Amino acid sequence: MISYMGNRARGYNWIEYLLFAIITMVIFVLCIFAGSVRVPAGEILSSIRDFISGQTENTNTAMQIMKIRLPRVINVALTGAALALCGAAMQGLLRNPLADGSTLGVSSGASLGAIISIAFGIAIPGLSGGSTVLMSILFAFASLVLILSLAYRLDYTLATNTIILIGVVFTMFAHSLISMIVVFADEKVKSIMFWTMGSLAGSNFKNAATLTVALVICGGLLLLHADELNAFAIGEENARHIGVNVRRVKLIILIAVSVLIGVSVSIGGTIGFAGLVIPHIARMIVGPNHRRLLPASLFAGASFLMLADLIGRIILRPLELPIGVVTSFTGSIAFVYIFYNTRRVK
Amino acid sequence: MLNVDSLTVSYGPLKILDNVSFELQKQQWLMIVGPNGAGKSTVIKAVTQCVPYSGKVTLDGKDIAHIRPHALARSVAVLSQNYHIGYAFTVEEIVSLGRYAWKKGLFAKDGEDIDDRIDHALEITGLKKIRHQSVLTLSGGELQRTFLAQIFAQDPRLLILDEPTNHLDLVYQKQTFELISEWLKQPGRAVISVVHDLSLAKAYGSHALLLNEGHHIASGNSEQVLANDNLSKVYNMDVQLWMQQLLANWQN
Repeated sequence: MISYMGNRARGYNWIEYLLFAIITMVIFVLCIFAGSVRVPAGEILSSIRDFISGQTENTNTAMQIMKIRLPRVINVALTGAALALCGAAMQGLLRNPLADGSTLGVSSGASLGAIISIAFGIAIPGLSGGSTVLMSILFAFASLVLILSLAYRLDYTLATNTIILIGVVFTMFAHSLISMIVVFADEKVKSIMFWTMGSLAGSNFKNAATLTVALVICGGLLLLHADELNAFAIGEENARHIGVNVRRVKLIILIAVSVLIGVSVSIGGTIGFAGLVIPHIARMIVGPNHRRLLPASLFAGASFLMLADLIGRIILRPLELPIGVVTSFTGSIAFVYIFYNTRRVK
Repeated sequence: MLNVDSLTVSYGPLKILDNVSFELQKQQWLMIVGPNGAGKSTVIKAVTQCVPYSGKVTLDGKDIAHIRPHALARSVAVLSQNYHIGYAFTVEEIVSLGRYAWKKGLFAKDGEDIDDRIDHALEITGLKKIRHQSVLTLSGGELQRTFLAQIFAQDPRLLILDEPTNHLDLVYQKQTFELISEWLKQPGRAVISVVHDLSLAKAYGSHALLLNEGHHIASGNSEQVLANDNLSKVYNMDVQLWMQQLLANWQN
């Protein structure tokens, strides 16, 4: 009998997951200790001890950094995990290696939702702080449905080029609306611009809690649909033939992805390319089986974004580069490389 | 086992299939034949719920449109004409997806039975040696056999094959048809396949359905359906004479 844990066809590999988790934790610790302001490690350690035991009244630099840096790094890790997970799921579902929130225009749609909510002060009764998040999620889902239906009408195979083209056009459309709103909402321009740059600099523990809930529920849903994603990645018709409830599973995955992208964008703005590049790197390491690819993308996404944030914090010390700038810079180069390679294979 | 009644499929104003009816009993191998554009593959797409249709398709008396996807997949497996895979899945990963419909609950271990079925499917299709190979490196024939192994792993009662030997060379063509004949010997099973090669249809099919431009021309016992009169009408040529002339080339 083939062992349950090591069977590549089954795909589950707990040792691999553990290894990824350890690497992610090491990077997490590194990102807590390093930053634009140099603080001795001993001071940070004692601050962490104080912080955990609830003694947060200490006013030394280390404690101040802990209050700012710790939630920021946690938010960066959770956002990276969420975006990479979404990218991996979309690339499997659509059988398209270039699918991701930013290339499909879903992130721009989510930004538009958040900006409309801020600029027009849309508040949902009983959800004072949550209306921006909710608008992001709704707009992310609506954009995804709109883009996919437009693409499907043009080309029912949902070919890479069609989706990317419509995604680009939709992104431009969303940005034109955002610019229009900026013109009319001058006193809120600064907070609106934040969404288009992508940054987690001011994020707090409340944001982290929101992201955690979204990641546990929606990420969990995606992880539970690894087999179905494998079937979709092979072909939708084949998925139907082996017994996948195609319509239901597709809807579940699209909703989960929209919620994750919506929540991430409402907290950190548009952070481009993390969801595109990370699943590719993960696929190179663990293969295309989603039972391994999804967890690998989750950890790799968290690690990648934490490192990108760290680079943004230290490269122009004491100035900071927004995380979106770092990911867009590295991501666009990787995008060209991947696009070139897929075309060459064809 | 399978009953198709007044099946009609239209794409806009264009009728691809017009009022086609036929039935299939256990242990029968129904060959769907006809010229290009006859609607052969559309019959399969409708029966497998891949295109909207009017009419009624029942499996053991139950309307197939109301059978849940995983329950349907336990009874019916389909081999399509073309597969284009973009990711480097292994042969074994593709074959093991054939067990999807039989998957137990979330935390239940699939058990030895699953491994045995996957091993057996790989064995009989001659893929055991390349089970860990990426499907991106396979030839068209090997890829087709991979999906054949997937449907054997699926363990259905009814096999539906859309030009099953499309990409296969002669050796594997013969092997595939032999494998399916062998598979059909188990009680309670049946096969429907679309074929272009009338010799294969005559050699392996117990029954046949002849279509032309979406219309039912004849169905029933393959000897009667594939009679020269019927075929000549549909193909606008003396099919028997042509086949005999081809065969004559081999006689010396």
